[in-house]
Amino acid sequence: MMMRGLWKLTWIEIKVFMREPLGAFGTIGFPVLVFLVVGRAAGGKVAAPSLAANNFLRVGLPVLASLLIAVSSVLSLVTIISIYREGGILKRLRATPLRPQTILSAQVIVKLILTAATLGLMVLAGKRYYPVNMHVPLFGFTIALLISTLSILSIGFLIASIVPTARFAQPIGAAILYPMIAFSGLFVPVNAMSPVFRAVARVLPMTYAVSLMEGIWKGDSWWAHMGDVAALAVVFFVCTALSAKVFRWE
Amino acid sequence: MDEVSFEVNDGEIFGLIGPNGAGKTTTMECVEGIRKPDRGTISVLGLDPFREVYKLQERIGVQLQQAQLQKRIKVWEAVDLWASLYRKKSVDGERLLEQLGLIDKRDAWFMNLSGGQKQRLFIALALINDPEVVFLDELTTGLDPQARRAIWELVRGIRERGKTVFLTTHLMEEAERLCDRVAIIEHGRIIDIDTPQRLVARHCPERTVVLDTDDASAEERFRAIARVESVSRSDLQFTIRGQGDDLVTEVIHCLSENRIRVTDFRMIVPSLEDVFLKLTGRSIRD
Repeated sequence: MMMRGLWKLTWIEIKVFMREPLGAFGTIGFPVLVFLVVGRAAGGKVAAPSLAANNFLRVGLPVLASLLIAVSSVLSLVTIISIYREGGILKRLRATPLRPQTILSAQVIVKLILTAATLGLMVLAGKRYYPVNMHVPLFGFTIALLISTLSILSIGFLIASIVPTARFAQPIGAAILYPMIAFSGLFVPVNAMSPVFRAVARVLPMTYAVSLMEGIWKGDSWWAHMGDVAALAVVFFVCTALSAKVFRWE
Repeated sequence: MDEVSFEVNDGEIFGLIGPNGAGKTTTMECVEGIRKPDRGTISVLGLDPFREVYKLQERIGVQLQQAQLQKRIKVWEAVDLWASLYRKKSVDGERLLEQLGLIDKRDAWFMNLSGGQKQRLFIALALINDPEVVFLDELTTGLDPQARRAIWELVRGIRERGKTVFLTTHLMEEAERLCDRVAIIEHGRIIDIDTPQRLVARHCPERTVVLDTDDASAEERFRAIARVESVSRSDLQFTIRGQGDDLVTEVIHCLSENRIRVTDFRMIVPSLEDVFLKLTGRSIRD
């Protein structure tokens, strides 16, 4: 029975999201479009450039793209939850036999599906413009991305539990999550950072997400990244437990 | 919330009335099981609303004050979703929409519905699981008089189907016209519970007759009526005040016996609003 409710709610949430102006395009179309444009612009030069640039294009860019998609879906989750709370939708749903976990799971599933759809399209597009990378362990990378996304989602939930109004949800979320990407080691390797920045990077979950995804993309074994997985799992459980404590329905 | 104690009978429309902030919604949410009371006991359909909330929610229907749905959810989708949330077989959603006059709007987005249509949709959602008790919180707030009357008809229809309705309102007229019994609540305390008629009779027994006559002897005759407490006059208009339902009869009797010719005659009967004013010392609109 609850599965029926979960499935219905998930499906309706997807439809409702697609009806948003910019909903489908902003989430799925736009990233793919940017990807294609960058790919076409860089297309001729991919073979030639410096080692560092080449390395970024081959490993950093796909990871950055994945991370940006994950972050933007987390941000939209934060926004949706605050809008639903402010509008009394959460409360209305709660006054049915629907369990709170079901309501929130539906939102998470919607975000995961949309993220997967975007990445799927990107992989298809990438086949054409980034042919070098087709020997990537896609399945492993998907798992790595899923683990990272769940971990970032839990941070999102914590933000959504705390932000006072829907108006602030998106900017506060962005102010917390985007700087994490800057420190994640994606642009400057963590080991090359000054000690202070390195310390900051070490406590931010995004660093572990990047390390995991980069490693898996490059073909590292999972064993080499168990530390990253453990760190992401800790973040997930701590944030989920905290948000369960402080979550407000209205 | 302080002293709140009441029983709602099977098959009646029971209203909790009081000004905004009196504790109506809080009380209702405790009864619905979505808020935990600090102390005291509540039993709904033999269940403890807070501890057995999921069992209870299978058997009740709820409309919340100022609730919204997803902006772009379609009417039929909302009904379909709600139908899927309950364990037992739901009523026919399409028929429900038809009965509530929403069938033309089944493909409309929630955000494009009028206030009255939204409320009717919320009634549909509250009825989808064929509940035994229906909770309606400030159902007609913000609606125009026509929409309000239409909603009242729908609520009476719910009672006709043998369901119990528990509603809150700050509109005394609504309570008077709709409720079989009402509880007046203020500052988290219930002041009195009864049928609207009995509440009026108990707390506001005074009746007033206003009439126009040019008969010179009238004033004296009116004063002679046993139940009359005061007679005031301005120009040709007399205002006669007294106690009890019989006052009107006695005035009419006096008029015919003395062949007093009147050009206008009306009576002022106290309403629930007057009861409220009297019991709480302030108007509900304050």
